[in-house]
Amino acid sequence: MKIRHIALSAAALLLAGAAQAVEFKQVDTTKSSLAFSSKQMGVPVPGSFKKFTTQIAFDPAKPTAASTTLEIDLASIDAGSKDANDEVVGKQWFNVKAFPTAKFVSSGVKALGGNRYEALGKMTIKGQTRDIVAPFTFKQDGANGVFDGGFVLKRMDFNIGEGPWADVSAVANEIEIKFHVVAAPAAAAKK
Amino acid sequence: MSSYTQRYSGPAIAAHWLIALLILAAFPLGLYMSDLPLSPNKLKLYSYHKWIGMTVLLLFVPRLLWRLTHTPPKALPMPAWQHKIAEGTHHLLYLLMFLVPLSGWLMSSAKGFQVVYFGVLPIPDLIGKSEELGELLKEVHEALNWGLFGLVGLHVAGALKHHIIDRDSTLRRMLPFGK
Repeated sequence: MKIRHIALSAAALLLAGAAQAVEFKQVDTTKSSLAFSSKQMGVPVPGSFKKFTTQIAFDPAKPTAASTTLEIDLASIDAGSKDANDEVVGKQWFNVKAFPTAKFVSSGVKALGGNRYEALGKMTIKGQTRDIVAPFTFKQDGANGVFDGGFVLKRMDFNIGEGPWADVSAVANEIEIKFHVVAAPAAAAKK
Repeated sequence: MSSYTQRYSGPAIAAHWLIALLILAAFPLGLYMSDLPLSPNKLKLYSYHKWIGMTVLLLFVPRLLWRLTHTPPKALPMPAWQHKIAEGTHHLLYLLMFLVPLSGWLMSSAKGFQVVYFGVLPIPDLIGKSEELGELLKEVHEALNWGLFGLVGLHVAGALKHHIIDRDSTLRRMLPFGK
């Protein structure tokens, strides 16, 4: 039993080695972060989502074959203050009771040269789905792959902030999103 | 007698009334806005309040420099104790003119909302974000404001007493467009 297990592991390692390139799949959520910055009356206010899950399959040798999905627990938002946190989960903003999660599903990845790439895909928030293009960089940090990127999301495309909050002179339409994802190679998971 | 009718200088009069007007706008605005539920309107009022406060702080610097380099008109005859109270009130008013907006600026930074003057010019944060410090500075800002409120009341009462009861030129020589 034990021997078989070891043999299988060895075979898996060999296979992984045979694939030559490493595919970065195991996302380390403790090292990854999802942050955003809104502008309120011209004041940049930083925020973040504490809980999200993401699947990544990225092989730097074949970036165009890469894929990713991201699911954000919207109630885990930190919008900068307690007042803001209470407000943004409400009906006019994310309406988390009806739409607890936001989702991004990639449809493709483009290599832009160097370590620069671009993820294309569909973002769904509050029942609205829009095409998103998110440029990112990839670098290897030891055994891990590190993805850094961001894009500008227009909150009104997703009805984030309805009623009086639709006033983009108070809270700007453009929300800057920044992500930092650390993923271990797929083989490392098969211990 | 003529030295007693001497008016304050133009810049002193302008700075006095301009800052008085700004304080009279910022104070009730601050009282009103802090209890509002979060709304775009609240965000706007907070910004206006902060812009007014920063303007006071900005005007305070040249005003103080002017005051330090120019001798104001001689005080009118009055009992020594009244003169002392008037002087003390003036000194404290100057101090609070500086400390009130400064405490608001620091409180803003501690609360994690940078002051961006007129929505375009970011004013540097002197301290980092900290919830406890933000709460403490809120208390300090409020206490200083009530102090300012009391002093302004005393200052106005004094000026009116001179104008109405003593019928001297104390108030008139600070009035704009006067003779």
